[in-house]
Amino acid sequence: MSGHVTSKKIYFAVFGALMILTAITVGVATLDLGQLNTVVALAVAGCKATVVIWYFMEVRHARPLTKLTVVGGILWLVIMLILLFTDYISRDWMAGPQAW
Amino acid sequence: MSDHSSHGSGLAHQFDDLDQQLDATTLGMWLFLAQEIMFFGGLFAAYTIYRNWHPEAFAAASHHLDIKLGGFNTVVLIFSSLTMALGVRAAQMGKNKAVFNYLFATFMLGNVFLVVKAFEYHHKWVEGLIPGPWFRFEGSTDPAVQMFFNLYFAMTGMHALHMIIGGGLLIYFMVQARKNRYHEGYYGPVEIMGLYWHFVDIVWIFLFPLLYLLGLHNS
Amino acid sequence: MNAALAPPPSAPTPSETPTHYLNASYGFRSWLLTLDHKRIALLYLASITLFFFIGGFYAVLVRLELVTPAGDLMSAENYNTAFTLHGVVMIFFFLIPSIPAVLGNFLIPIMIGARDLAFPKLNLLSWYIYMVGGMVAAYALFTGGVDTGWTLYAPYSSTYSNSNVTATAIAAFITGFSSILTGLNFVVTIHKMRAPGLTWFRLPLFVWAHYATSVIQVLGTPVLAITLVLLILERSFGFGFFDPARGGDPVLFQHLFWFYSHPAVYIMILPSMGVISELVTCFSRKKVFGYGFIAMSSVAIAVLGFLVWGHHMFVSGQSVYAGMVFSILSFMVGIPSAIKVFNWTATMYKGSISYSTPMIYAFGFIGLFTIGGLTGLFLANLGLDIHLHDTYFVVAHFHYIMVGGAVMGYLGGIHYWWPKMTGRLYPEGWARFSALVLFVGFNLTFFPQFLLGYMGMPRRYHAYPEEFQVLNVMSSAGASILGVGYLIPMIYLFWSMRYGRLAPENPWGAKGLEWTTPSPPTTFNFDETPVVTEEAYEYVKEEKH
Repeated sequence: MSGHVTSKKIYFAVFGALMILTAITVGVATLDLGQLNTVVALAVAGCKATVVIWYFMEVRHARPLTKLTVVGGILWLVIMLILLFTDYISRDWMAGPQAW
Repeated sequence: MSDHSSHGSGLAHQFDDLDQQLDATTLGMWLFLAQEIMFFGGLFAAYTIYRNWHPEAFAAASHHLDIKLGGFNTVVLIFSSLTMALGVRAAQMGKNKAVFNYLFATFMLGNVFLVVKAFEYHHKWVEGLIPGPWFRFEGSTDPAVQMFFNLYFAMTGMHALHMIIGGGLLIYFMVQARKNRYHEGYYGPVEIMGLYWHFVDIVWIFLFPLLYLLGLHNS
Repeated sequence: MNAALAPPPSAPTPSETPTHYLNASYGFRSWLLTLDHKRIALLYLASITLFFFIGGFYAVLVRLELVTPAGDLMSAENYNTAFTLHGVVMIFFFLIPSIPAVLGNFLIPIMIGARDLAFPKLNLLSWYIYMVGGMVAAYALFTGGVDTGWTLYAPYSSTYSNSNVTATAIAAFITGFSSILTGLNFVVTIHKMRAPGLTWFRLPLFVWAHYATSVIQVLGTPVLAITLVLLILERSFGFGFFDPARGGDPVLFQHLFWFYSHPAVYIMILPSMGVISELVTCFSRKKVFGYGFIAMSSVAIAVLGFLVWGHHMFVSGQSVYAGMVFSILSFMVGIPSAIKVFNWTATMYKGSISYSTPMIYAFGFIGLFTIGGLTGLFLANLGLDIHLHDTYFVVAHFHYIMVGGAVMGYLGGIHYWWPKMTGRLYPEGWARFSALVLFVGFNLTFFPQFLLGYMGMPRRYHAYPEEFQVLNVMSSAGASILGVGYLIPMIYLFWSMRYGRLAPENPWGAKGLEWTTPSPPTTFNFDETPVVTEEAYEYVKEEKH
C-alpha cells in the first residue's frame, strides 16, 4: 500500500479551515449563550479534531481497521464519561434515610 | 540481525514485505494513540466533573489565563501540524531534504509553543497560582478555584511533556532524513511521527477552549 | 536473515545436537539483548516467578498473623503493609504479566505461523520496562513498604499515609507501560501476521483470548496511569484533586482507579481461559464445542468488563442509581464466562479424556472458577453487597478466580507447553501429585474465608473476634499446604531442564501449529511459512477395535 500522496493544496485548505474554526470558537466565546457556550466550544473543537484526523492523519485513505481503532478509542472515552456521569448526575436525586 | 542499512530497503526481518510492515507500524501507532486518548481522557473526565460542580469558580479562575497567548499557541500548533503533514508527504515521495526542512520547521514551531508556555507558567508562579501551600487567589474565596489550576497545570503540563518527547523524536527523524533513509516504499517512521504530532495537536485543540475560553463572556 | 535448519523430529543422537532457540547463541548479551520472542518469554518467566515468591512471602506473613485472634505477630501498620504488598506484587508483577508475557509471547507467533511478533524490539523494551518498574517496587518495599491497600484509596494515600505511596505509584505507572506495549504488540501481530489460510475463525482459542486481553490492556491501563499521576501530584506536589476541602472528590479516585482495575481482573483471567480451551480440547481428543461462542465470549467479556467498575463502590457514596446500573451490568458480564464453562463441559462430553497433569489443572480451573464466578454474582447484588463488602467473602471470591482460576490455568499451560519450550518432559508423577496438593491446599485456604466473610469478619484487619479462630486456623493451614504445592513444581521443572527426558515434537498428539515445530523450536520458528488448510482442533475420533 504505497500511500496516496495528498496534494499540498488540500493541506493548505485544511489549515485555512482550522484557522477559521479557531476564530469562530474565540468569537462565540465572547457571547453569552449560557449552556450553549460549552456545547458550541466542544462542537467546534470536535470539528477541528475531525478535520485533523481525516486529512492530516490521512484516515480518509486508511484501512477499515484503522478507522475502527480511531472510533474505538473515542468510543471508549465516551463510555467512561457516560458511566461516570451516571453517578455524578444522580447523587442528589434521593435524600438519604431520615433515620436508621 | 540489524533491520536495515542506511541505504537498504528498510524491511525488518519479521515482516514479509514493506507493505505489511507499513500496515503493522501504522496500526501500532494508532493503538498507541487510542491509549493516549484514554490517558488524557482521565484528565478530561476530572475536568468535566469538577467544572460541573464549580462553574463560577472555574470561570473566575479561567480569567487569569491570557487568551492572547493561548490563541497564539493554538495557531502555532496548528501551523506545526501543517508542516508535519507536508513533511510526511515529502517522505512518501522520497524527498529527504524536504523531509528534513519540514520536520525542522515543525520542531521550531513546537519550541515556540513551549517557550510561550514557559512564559505563562512563570507568570502563574509570580502571581501565586501554582496549587499547593503557596496558592493565593484574589477575587474569589471559593477553594475550588485551586481545582481549576490543578487541572490547568496537570493537563497543559502533560501536554507539554508530550510535546517535548515529540520534539526529541523529531530530532531523531531529522537525522534519519539527513541520511536519506526514506523512499516511496519506506516512510512509515515519518508517518507515525506525524500521527503522534497531530494527536498532540488535537489534545490542545480541546484544551484551549476548555481552559482559556471559559467564562470569557463574563469578563 | 538465516533461518536455522529444522532438527529431525525424533530425539537426536549425541553427535548431532540440533540448533534451536536455546542454544543458537550463548552469553548474557545474547539473552539480555535478544529480539527472539521465545527468549523474552523465558526472561519474563524468571522475573515473574521471582515476584510470585515475593508476593507469596507477604501472604505467609498475613496468614501467620491470622492464626491467632489477637494482633500479636505484628503491629497493625506492619500488617497493613503486608497485605498491601501482597496485593501490589501479586497483581501488578505476577498475575497481569503472567500468561500473556510468558505463554503469549512464546506461543502467539508460532500459533499463527509467524517468525516473531510484529515489534520484537518493543517486546524486549516491554520486559525492561517491567524490570525497571519492579526495581522501583523493590525500592518501595525495602524502604518501609506501603500500607494503603493495593487499591491506594485517597485521601489516605494522598494525604495521611506515611508510607511509600509515591514510589509504589511510580512503580505501577512504569509497569503499566509494559502491559500496554505487550497488548499493542499482540493486537498488531494477530491482525497483520497470520499465515495464509489462517482466518480468524481458525485461530486457536488461546489467540482469541489474548486478543481480547490485549484490547483491555491498551484501553484500560492508561486510565490507571493518569490516576496514579493525579495521586502523585496530590501527594507530592499538593494538587488537591481528591481533596474535598479544595473542591475535590475522593470517590473520583475510586472511579478512575476501578475503571482500569476491574478490566484488569479480566486481563488476569482471560488468558487463563484461553489456556483451558486448549487443554480441554487436547485432553478430550475432541474439537471444541461451540468454537464461535467461546471466541466471541472472550470479546464480550473484554467489552462488558469495562462497564461494571462501580460494583466495587456500592457503599462508597456513589449514587444508588449508578449502583443499580453497575449491578445489572455486573450480572450480565457473568454470562459469557458461563458460556465458556458450558462449552468446555460439552467438549468433554463423549470425548476421550486423559488425566495428564494439564488436564488436572483444567478440571481444577473449571470447578474453582465456577465457584468464584458464582460468588461474584452474590457480590453484584446491591443489597447483599452491603453486608459482604470489605469482608472475607470478597477475599475468598477473588482468590477463587485468581488462584483457583488464573494460577491453575497458568500452571496447566506451563506444564502443557513445557516440552515445547524446553525440549524436556517434566516428571508426570510428581506433577500430578503437586496439582492435587495445590487443589486441596487451595480449598482449605479459601473456602473457610467464604464462611468467615458471611459471618462478618472484615478484611484488612490484623485482629479478629475469637469465634473466628477455627476457620482462620484452617485457612492458614491450607496456605501452608498451598505453599508446598507451589514449591514442588519449582523444583521438578527446574530439574527437568537438565535431566528431563527429551521431548518429541508433539508429546500430547495435539492439534495446532506449535506442535508442528521441533521441541524446542528454532529461532525463527518455521523454515517456510506454513499454509493452513484445516479448521481448528480437527481431532479425528479413533476407531475402537
